[in-house]
Parts: sequence; C-alpha cells; structure tokens
Amino acid sequence: MTVEFPTRKGTLIAVDDVSFDLQPGEILGVVGESGAGKSMTGYAIIGLLDRPGRIAGGRIELDGERIDNLPPEKMRRFRGRRIGAIFQDPLTSLNPLLRISDQIIETIRTHMDMDERQARARTLELLNEVGIPAAAERMDEYPHQFSGGMRQRIVIALALAANPQLIIADEPTTALDVSIQAQIIRLLKRLCKDHDTAIMLITHDMGVIAEAADRVAVMYAGRIVELGPVRDVIKDAKHPYTKGLMDSIPAIGQDVRVLAQIKGAMPRLNAIPPGCSFNPRCPQAMDRCRVERPELITQGASAVACWLFAEEEAGVGVA
Amino acid sequence: MALLEDQNEARGSSAGPLLRVRGLKRYFDVSPPLLNRLFEGGKEQIVKAVDGVSFDIKRGETFALVGESGCGKSTVARLIVGLYDPTAGSIEFGGTDLAKIKRRRDISATRGRMQMIFQDPFASLNPRWRVAAIVAEPIRYRQLLNGRAAITERVNELLTQVGLSPSDAEKYPHEFSGGQRQRISIARALAGNPEFLVCDEPTSALDVSVQAQILNLMKELQTNLGLTYLFISHDLAVVYHISTEVGVMYLGRLCEWAETKALFSNPRHPYTRLLLDTIPDLEMTGRERLPVAGEVPSPINPPSGCAFHPRCPHANERCQRERPELKTAGGARVACHAVEEGRIPAS
Repeated sequence: MTVEFPTRKGTLIAVDDVSFDLQPGEILGVVGESGAGKSMTGYAIIGLLDRPGRIAGGRIELDGERIDNLPPEKMRRFRGRRIGAIFQDPLTSLNPLLRISDQIIETIRTHMDMDERQARARTLELLNEVGIPAAAERMDEYPHQFSGGMRQRIVIALALAANPQLIIADEPTTALDVSIQAQIIRLLKRLCKDHDTAIMLITHDMGVIAEAADRVAVMYAGRIVELGPVRDVIKDAKHPYTKGLMDSIPAIGQDVRVLAQIKGAMPRLNAIPPGCSFNPRCPQAMDRCRVERPELITQGASAVACWLFAEEEAGVGVA
Repeated sequence: MALLEDQNEARGSSAGPLLRVRGLKRYFDVSPPLLNRLFEGGKEQIVKAVDGVSFDIKRGETFALVGESGCGKSTVARLIVGLYDPTAGSIEFGGTDLAKIKRRRDISATRGRMQMIFQDPFASLNPRWRVAAIVAEPIRYRQLLNGRAAITERVNELLTQVGLSPSDAEKYPHEFSGGQRQRISIARALAGNPEFLVCDEPTSALDVSVQAQILNLMKELQTNLGLTYLFISHDLAVVYHISTEVGVMYLGRLCEWAETKALFSNPRHPYTRLLLDTIPDLEMTGRERLPVAGEVPSPINPPSGCAFHPRCPHANERCQRERPELKTAGGARVACHAVEEGRIPAS
C-alpha cells in the first residue's frame, strides 16, 4: 500500500509500499518515531485520510473483501460496523455535549438492527465489560465527568459497540499515566482474546508493544523495516534502525553514562535519500545501501528490509 | 556555637545544598464566584496543589521529581523559578531565602542564576524570532555583554555547545525538528550563565532516539559547566538514567525521597512500589504488570490521613486518620505509617 500527499511542491509519499497481514485475535504493534507513517497507515485502512492524501497504490482487504476502493457512503457504514477506532486523546473522540449513553446507543443503532431498549441494554453491557464502575448509574453522565482513564474505556466501548473484526488503536495509552496505562493494556488484551478481534496497535512506546503485541512492525520513513514476533524484534533486533532504537531507550538497572544514540534525525518526506532511507544514519551502511532500496527479506520468523541480510538468504521478497 | 553556625550559613553557598525547599505550599482557589456562592450556596474550594514539600538539591547533582499527572510536580518547578508565589514555606537558593530578597536588582541577579526548560519546544520558542534573537534575549535583557559582535560570538558559542551550528542562528524555529528546538531552548537557558536548571519534562514530547540525544547533551553540559538540575518527569527509566536523587510525589506531597539507586533497588513507600511495578517490561520476562486498583483522587477533595490510603494494600485505621510525615528510614525518607511500624515486608 502506498499513501501519497500531492502538494504544491510535489507529491509526498507518506507510506511507501507497506504490506502486512493481521490474523483474528492478534495484536500487531506498529512502532516508529513521529513522521514514520504509522498513523497514516492506520488512517488509510479506516478510510480517514485527510485530503489531499490518497491511497495511490496497493490494496486493503478485510476478510477477503477489498475495502480501499469502496465509495465514501459505503465506507462510512463499514467503519464502525467492521472496523473500530481508538484515538490518542479520549476527550476529542467523545462529543462533550452528549451523554455517553446516547453516544454509544447512537453508534449501536447506526450499525445494528436494535431498538432503543435493546441498544441501551447493550450499552450497559459494554460499559461493564470495559470496567466502568457503577455503569448503570454513570452511563447518563457527560464525558467531562469521567477521568482520563475512564474516558479511554468509554472510547473502547464505543469502538466495540458493533462487534468489529478489526480495531485500529492509535496511541491509545499515550495520554494516560503509567498506572492507568497498565489497566488499559490489560483491557485491550482481554477484549482481543474474548472477541477474537484483531487489533492494530500504533504507538511509539516500545514498552507498550513489548507487553501487548504478538507481532510488531517497525516503521521508518514510510516503510516497514522490520516485521516479526515481538520477542524476536525486541530481544534480538536485526535491522540497524531497530537496534539503535532499542539501545537508545534508557533501562532501569542498567548503568550507562552515555545512552547510545542514532546520529541525525529521520529525513523529511520531501528529502528521503535514495537507496535505503536509513543509510545516512546507519553505522553499517554499504555502497549498495546508497543506491538500491532493500525489500523485506525473511530471517527466521521475522522479515528485515536490510542488505546486510541479503547474502545469507537468496533474497525472498515478502513485499 | 551559634557563631559557628552563622559562619557555616554564610559559607553555605559553597558547602550546603544549592537549593533548600522547606514546607513549600501552594494553594489555588477554585471556588465558584462570590455571587454564585451567596445565591447558590456553593462552598469555597481550595486545591492544595503543593502541600508541604521539603527537599534539598546538592550542588552539581540532579534531583528528579516523579509522579502522575496532577501530583503537583510542575507546580513545584514553577514555584522555584518564581512563576508562582508560594502560599507558605521557604525556598533557599545558595543560602539566601528567595522571599527575603527585596531589592529589585538582587532579585533579578538571583533569578538569573536559575533557568527553566519547558516540555513543549513548539510552544516555548517565539515563532517570529530568529534563533539568534531567541538565544540572545537573556544576554540582552541582563546586559551581560555589550556590542553586537560580542553577542553574536556568544550565541555562536552556545549553539555549538548544544550541538547546533552557528549558521542555524539565522533560521526560524519552524525550520527545526522537535529535538533541535529543545537544543535551542537549552542554548537559551544557558545564555544567562545559570548554575541551576529547572527542567519540566524536557524529553516527554520527543521520540526515543532524540530523547537519548538530549539526555546525553544534558549530562555532558552538567559535567562541563557544573550545572545542577531539578528534573521533572513521569518516565522512571529516564529518571533512573539521569538523576542522583529522586523525590516521589503524590497529591501535592512528597511520599519518598531517596538516592536513585536505593529507590529503584529498594523502594519503601507503597506508592513508589506501585509506580515501579507499572513500568512496562522491556526485558520480556513475562512478568504481568500489577493491576493497580483505582486512580489518583481529585486534589480538591483529597482523602483524609494519608492521601494514598484508598489505593494502598497496607492501609489501616491509622492511615485513614493521621497524615504521615516524611521520616528517615534506612537511608531514605519515607512518609508512611506502615513503613514506620514495620508492617511492610521488604521486597
């Protein structure tokens, strides 16, 4: 899949030829730094790209059905019914003027064939499921009457309202305190198991990924540079970028005077270097990296887009 | 004897802690307006954002304040640099009580010895000023240098010191990434030759690889320039890496104050233990994070006694009734009845 932003100064490619799949009941973590294209990938899947952004190539299939070329009206029904979304800031994803019960009931009735009474019963059920205490009394309150952690639970209930097959969670815990973060991750993991829902968890926080995800995709400058089981990627990172990223995270109990740092910064979208986009910052860059772009190469259970691994395997492109 | 102590006080500027905070309080009035109170019977409401905090920061060291949102850590930072006036308590800087300096010139001179770095490098730099003007502002304001050439030279030196190039001086803030902007903020803070920097979540808005660069820069500057830091953060891994001592705050009070290594290897206060248990596990040991019951209560209406008692597994009747004070317990200072009575088994 490719996402482009045509601008006056030329077309910016925000997501460049990204491919992955998600199994039911699986949590796929997508990590990367700001501007890596991880949120864009998520928005493209739910069809919420801001203009003038558009999907320029590739295809998105949900349960065997192609969804990237649906007309807007059909996509609107699809979204919510089969794909749910959880965003970073729970306060902006809830309407401050409506009671939370009304917001959830509206969502349920838009997507499911239920009358007001049934929808209200389902709302209560959902709120109980996401762990809102005294849900029966509190469901008629307004969003501002809840704390940040509780609001995020409500947003999760809203995303679950129509029993979607896929949930896109964009930085769902970033705005929360660590102790609340632990509660929300636990909740997401449980829901994923109970409902057999696939979750695409987009975050910059490796800690969250380590705890929640089954597999992880590391993104850099619009491309996936490494994709594999979470344990392999975190414990034994292969791509030089993933390695650098892991080393730059300070760890408790580890006494280092100077943190390892990746020199430089991620290139801007209008100045992505030729060849491997990481080559100017890569400590192991070779001549080939500067001219030829690496595709994902299978390495054990993972796949890595790096020429360092090209010789060992005959170059089985997964992309 | 008293004379000796006086002499020590006078020399305190070199021997004692650089910053000494005692019983610091800051209350905010959040009552509804008076007329509403008269007609609707609303009550006066006071938020005790900081409610009796005491700590020292030694010269050349880094003291970290940690806690969840709303615990008052940023308010402490703002009180120290003088953005708020304390409701009660004292802040001594280099042996002088900041509240007792009366002459305007002296206030300005003392304040110049401390600077602040803010969390959001996008909001803390004026977008319409060139970097040169931003960095030179403290120099011009305090008239530290005269003459355009001298100022330009100093700005270039500062930019080089924080890892930027002198040619960046002519650019505007929007031309820089978040990490580079934070470097500009640091250069501006250093422009007034401060001894003490108050850093309020300086890396929270940055990506991890950039965070590593900024933390390394801060450590390097500390060694080279002999700076003292107050470092506010909610990220315990960052705190472990950068600080020498840590104070843990909960609802406006300090619940534990200890050396960094001691705090992480042997946390005493139940809240500190809770915080440490909630750190995501990067080592993939399969350890389940301890599910923490409840959330931080509202500071408008804090629980009686120890503010942490509703969430504490060791709370008893005394904790509900009596507020614990900070007491020394084996190298650390802990405000907890259960620790004092030895009710908590060592972990």
